[in-house]
Parts: sequence; C-alpha cells; structure tokens
Amino acid sequence: MQKKMAYSFPDEVLEHVFSFIQSDKDRNAVSMVCKSWYDIERWCRRKIFVGNCYAVNPRIVIRRFPEVRSIELKGKPHFADFNLVPDGWGGYVFPWILEMARAYPWLEEIRLKRMVVTDESLELIAKSFKNFKVLVLFSCEGFSTDGLAAIAASCKNLRELDLRDSEVDDLSGHWLSHFPETYTSLVSLNISCLGSDEVSFSALERLVGRCPNLRTLLLNRAVPLDKIANILRRAPQLVEFGTGTYTAELRPDVFSYLAGAFSSCKELRSLSGFWEAVPAYIPAIYSVCSRLTSLNLSFATIQNPDLIKLVSLCPSLQRLLVLDYIEDSGLEALASSCKDLQELRVFPSDPFGVEPNVSLTEQGLVAISWGCPKLESVLYFCRQMSNAALVTIAQNRPNLTRFRLCIIDPKTVDYLTHEPLDVGFGAIVEHCKDLRRLSLSGLLTDRVFDYIGTYAKKLEMLSVAFAGDSDLGLHHVLSGCESLRKLEIRDCPFGDKALLANAAKLETMRSLWMSSCSVSFGACKLLGQKMPRLNVEVIDERGHPDSRPESCPVDKLYIYRSVAGPRVDMPPFVWTKDEDSSLRLS
Amino acid sequence: MSPENGKILPENDAADLNFEATELTLGLPGKSRVTSDGGAKLGNKRGFFETVDLNFGDKDCGQSQIDVQEAANSPVSKVQVEGWPPVRGFRKNAMTSCKYVKVAVDGAPYLRKVDLEMYDSYQQLLSSLEQMFSCFTIRNYLNEKKIIDHMNGIEYVPTYEDKDGDWMLVGDVPWQMFVESCKRLRLKKSSEAIGLAPRTPPKCASTTERSLN
Repeated sequence: MQKKMAYSFPDEVLEHVFSFIQSDKDRNAVSMVCKSWYDIERWCRRKIFVGNCYAVNPRIVIRRFPEVRSIELKGKPHFADFNLVPDGWGGYVFPWILEMARAYPWLEEIRLKRMVVTDESLELIAKSFKNFKVLVLFSCEGFSTDGLAAIAASCKNLRELDLRDSEVDDLSGHWLSHFPETYTSLVSLNISCLGSDEVSFSALERLVGRCPNLRTLLLNRAVPLDKIANILRRAPQLVEFGTGTYTAELRPDVFSYLAGAFSSCKELRSLSGFWEAVPAYIPAIYSVCSRLTSLNLSFATIQNPDLIKLVSLCPSLQRLLVLDYIEDSGLEALASSCKDLQELRVFPSDPFGVEPNVSLTEQGLVAISWGCPKLESVLYFCRQMSNAALVTIAQNRPNLTRFRLCIIDPKTVDYLTHEPLDVGFGAIVEHCKDLRRLSLSGLLTDRVFDYIGTYAKKLEMLSVAFAGDSDLGLHHVLSGCESLRKLEIRDCPFGDKALLANAAKLETMRSLWMSSCSVSFGACKLLGQKMPRLNVEVIDERGHPDSRPESCPVDKLYIYRSVAGPRVDMPPFVWTKDEDSSLRLS
Repeated sequence: MSPENGKILPENDAADLNFEATELTLGLPGKSRVTSDGGAKLGNKRGFFETVDLNFGDKDCGQSQIDVQEAANSPVSKVQVEGWPPVRGFRKNAMTSCKYVKVAVDGAPYLRKVDLEMYDSYQQLLSSLEQMFSCFTIRNYLNEKKIIDHMNGIEYVPTYEDKDGDWMLVGDVPWQMFVESCKRLRLKKSSEAIGLAPRTPPKCASTTERSLN
C-alpha cells in the first residue's frame, strides 16, 4: 500500500489555495493535474463561463460543478446582431434556469448574451434564488417589463440589473415601482435599451434616492433632459452615468441647474446616452470632462466644432465611442489631447447613404495611430482606405489587440493604387503580434489569408465578408491560425474542400459560421458524420436541402463543438445530417 | 424545342437569353467575379431590399439570380445587402429615420422584420411582404388588400397592431400615420380577420387609393 505522500495537503488547504485562482483557464489546468485535484476543484468552482450554450447542457454542468454561484452563457452566433440569424433559431435560457433552480438555490449571478429570455424565465429566477444579486441581459430578447417587475419585486439582494442592448417588450412603465420601498441595495442599473413608455420618473427618482451604493445608472431615451438634474442630485456618488434624450429648448435656469448637478458628481468617470444631443447643453458637462475616462457619444448628433471642443476637454479619456461626425479633423485633435486613449470606436452616421456625408477617411485613424501610444482596440467605419495607411497604422501600433475595420462598400480597393488591401491587412497581422480579434473589409484576395495564416498566431476571432478567391483562402486560415476560436464568414467563395480538409481543426474552435458561401449540403452531412463531436447545422429557409440540386450551396452554416450532442430545440429551418426529409413537417 | 428534357424553349427566347445574366457568380450586382473551381458559383443572394430573403418553394435556386441581376441594374436606388454594413439594429434606429417592426404570418414558424421607413406607400410594403413570404401573391382588388397563397388557396389579410394595442387592417389610414402608429404586422388568415375594425367608408378609401398611384 502506498504511503501518503509527505507533501499531500489536506483538501481544505488545497481548496483555500484554489480560491485564489480565478481565471477559467487556470482552473481548468488545475483540474487536470490529478484525480484528487479534479475533485477538490470541481467542488469549489463558483463561477462558470459557457461560451456557447449548446456546447454543453445544464445537466452536465451541474453534475460536474455542484456549488456554482455565478454563470455566464452565450447563445446566438455573433452575426445574429446583423439580422443574419432567423428568429426562432434558438438560444433559449429557460431549460438552464429550470435545472439551476433545482440544483443551485444559492445562485447569485446570471449573465446572458444573445439569448432568448422569456418572462417565465425571469419569474423563475425571481422566485428560485434567494440571494440573487446580478442579472445581465446583453443583447437578449423575448421578455417584457412584466418579467422585470417580477425581478424587482422579489430579489431583495439585487445589486445589478443590466439590460444592455436587449429588446424588451414594453407593456408598462411601472415595473420600477415593484422595487419595494425597503429595497436599497442597487449598485448598477442599465435600462438604456428601453423604449419610450417604460419608465416611471417618480419611481426612478425614489429608487435612486434610497440606494446609497448606486454607482452605475444608464437611463433610457424616455428620460428628458430636465429630469436629469434631480436624479444626479440624489446620486452624487455616481461613477457611470447615461443620460436620456439630451435635447431641450435652451433655458438658462435649466442649464445652470443641470451644470450644477453634474459638477457635484465628483466621482463621475463615464458618460453615455446623449440621444439627439443639442450643442447648447453640451457645456453642462464640461466640469466633469477632465476626469472622464470613458465617453460614449455614438448616439449624439452633435458635429464639429462642438464635438472637437468636447473631446479636447477630456485628456484622461481611455475609451471613446463616437459617430463619424468627428471627421478626420476631430480625430487629429483627439490624437493630440488624449494620450491615454486605449479604445476607439467610430460609427457611421449614414451607413446606407451612397455618397459620403462627412469628411472621415483613413487619415483620421492614421492620426490616432501616431498620437495615441496606448491604443489597442479599434472599430472604424469609413469609406476609403489604402494599403499605405494600414501599413503605417500597423507599424505605429504593434500593441493593437483588436482591429475591426469596416469599409462601407464591399470590395473597395486601395483608393490610391486600386489594388486589393491584402498588403495592408498583412502588415496589421505581421506587426501586431498580440492581435486577438480582426475584422476585414475591402477588396481582398486569397493572399490576405495567407498572411493571416502565417502571422496571426494569437488571433482568436476573425470576421470575413466579401473576400477571397477560392478555398485556398479558408484553408490558410484554418491551417495557420493556432489560437482561432471563432470564425465567421459571409459572402465568400469558400466551399467544401477547405472545410473537409480541416475538419479536425473545427473541434479546437468554439464555432464556425459561413453564410452565402459555396458549401454543399453533401459536405455538411459528411462533416457531421465524420466528426461526431461537432454539431453541423444548416440554416436554410427554402425547405429541405435535399430538395435542391446538389450543386446548390446551403444558405447558412453553423458548426460548433459540443459534448451535449445534437440539440433538441431546432426550429424547422435548421437541418443536420440526421434529417430524413419524410420526417419533416412542412 | 428540346423534347429530351421536356422543356419547350421558343427559339427567339433562347437567342435573346443573356447567358451571363443567368450565370451564377459570387459578388455584388454589376461586378463580375470568377471562381477558381468549376463548381457551382454563388449568385447575388442578398441583392434586394434589406428585408428580402430567397424565394421559397423554388427548386431551381438559379431563378432568383436573374431577378436579382435585373433589380441590380436598375439605377433607381443602391441595392442593399442584408446585414451590411454590420451596424446593429438599435444603432440604425437611433441614427437614421428607421422603424423596424416584426412581421408574423399565421402558420409560418418564423418572424421577419421590416423597416417601414424604407417604403413610401402601402404598395411598396405589400410588394416587399410578397417577396419575403413569396409563396403568396398579392392581389389588389378594388378596396381590398389581400394576400393569397396560391399553393394552399388561403387568403391572408395584412393587419397591424397600433400604439393603443388594437389590431387594425392595413391600408385604412394615410401611409405616414400608419408608419407612426404601427408596432407590428401580422398576415392573418382571412377567416380570422373578420372581427377587426371595419373598413373606412368609401370616401376615405378612395383617398388611400389615390395615394397608392
């Protein structure tokens, strides 16, 4: 019989040591050391992240981790954000809530992204988890203000309610009144996505007034400008604030009352909202500008010179979201005043216009790359680009980790040389060795994918549209990008060959999305048969894929690894290898 | 005539047929592309209005490509591609004049969204709905706006839920008023649409009719 090893600690000691290990990756590594570590670790894991809700099922998670307090789930693929995933596709949270209600009575936090959440789910959450503290519904849908009322009424320990970017059915503004008068523990409230009639102002003011720990308050458009001051005066400790609609007739008394309210918020570091902002009221926030680290003006209709003046007053900015009204001149000003800038997102004010409506070109981004040494995350919509600009950006900013460029017209060439933009993006992946996320646009051949496969070794997520010439492009990416987790492709001439040749790679990734490409249903069936741990789902609303000629490509394809087997909630327009056309109901 | 495959192709049609227009290629309307493999090339699937999807029940997926090429060659408006540029719905709603409403069809398992601001009239909206759920054909009878499913012989009546939560028949109020008050659309089976608010008296209907022309 083996002697117990001298250096084997009692379980409690190991558990205590493990409690300092927070990251999932490290926890997973710990659990693989030996059987006893696996066992100890699984009993003390408190936080679970499931990047694809269909990769696993609730039973499996609960069986392995019996004492979870916090769970994060993601549902639909990213391209659902752009209407490419039909309604009814899936991502339902209810089955998870049902199982967790039974297994995790002490669950405190639920964070969901792109999932379908019903009022029934919210009601079940409200009554099942006595110590519930955090609910984040990021880009979710399927629920109404009734569900929110249930949460407000029952969750006495709720700290955070964040509905960011979700679609909520507005039935009544009175759900806020369901927070009892005795409830005071709110720390963070984000209702910016709610529509016009979904908030009762007096209930909001009373709620804000009685919650001394409130740090984050993001209001919705329904809250008019003249109500903001009263809210701010009740919560001068706010760190993050989002206004509602920021427009009103200029009245000196309203203005000075508002300016006074802002200046009393000494902790304020982040501002957002500003729907329909009018220049007249922008100076009301000047007193907080020097302390701001984050500013979201992406809904603000203000233009230069007001916009330039504003950003120039914010030297501590680390994060800026803005519309292309800022133009190249504004970005040049930003580059000289905001040396701490880490993240920049420039959105199009007129994405569907045929002609440019603003003077925003590649020059603005180049200026930022020269002036902002800490810049690491970029999302930039523009209408012209050159390889030279991209090379400059890449050389200036090798510390970029996220680079998403959207040249609005698909297949736009380098406007100086009329060449594809392969070389420019090649420079990005070559110089930015820590690049984790990349979105391509413009005219691109297989060559850019060769560069990506060769250099982008840390790349985890790649988005491709209207690019490439042949399967070789896809093959370069699948065979070269070692860290690739998510690949999403639309309207590219990639077909069966690269996919089948790299089947094994797909099991090392979270998911692959391909729509309007050239993949045949036959290849999908074959892939599904060869790789039992992949779910190969064809989304096609034209009826059974077998009813079309073999040469007719599938409409959309979503492939993801899973230990849960094929899902049981597929809608009629999702097809897998197991589909027998005679079993389908029309 | 080609009796072998049973198809009858009048000779003049064959001569006029522009082969290139029917060839499936990847890429946007107006730009030519060649793929390296000889296999099926993908056509311009997303060449219509943003909200249009592929034709249903259409076994030959090449058919829709011809329509798309023709639409694309029209100089009237820029052809929009579904989901491009990749701007999220709530951003579009905030910035452009944009009003997305959900469209449901009795008996169909999925919903669609349309942007009412993209249309100037009931006619355009109904045409777009026809494209979307394209097994139906819209018949514009005098004073009647119905959508007929030829395959099943079912009539559909376009209805909408207004700001007050009432379900109304589409077409009764001036177009702009409709756009402002419409919260969602539903194509109801004719038999179930009976209990809805009655049609307006003829003098109002003729105003609506005039505005369609």
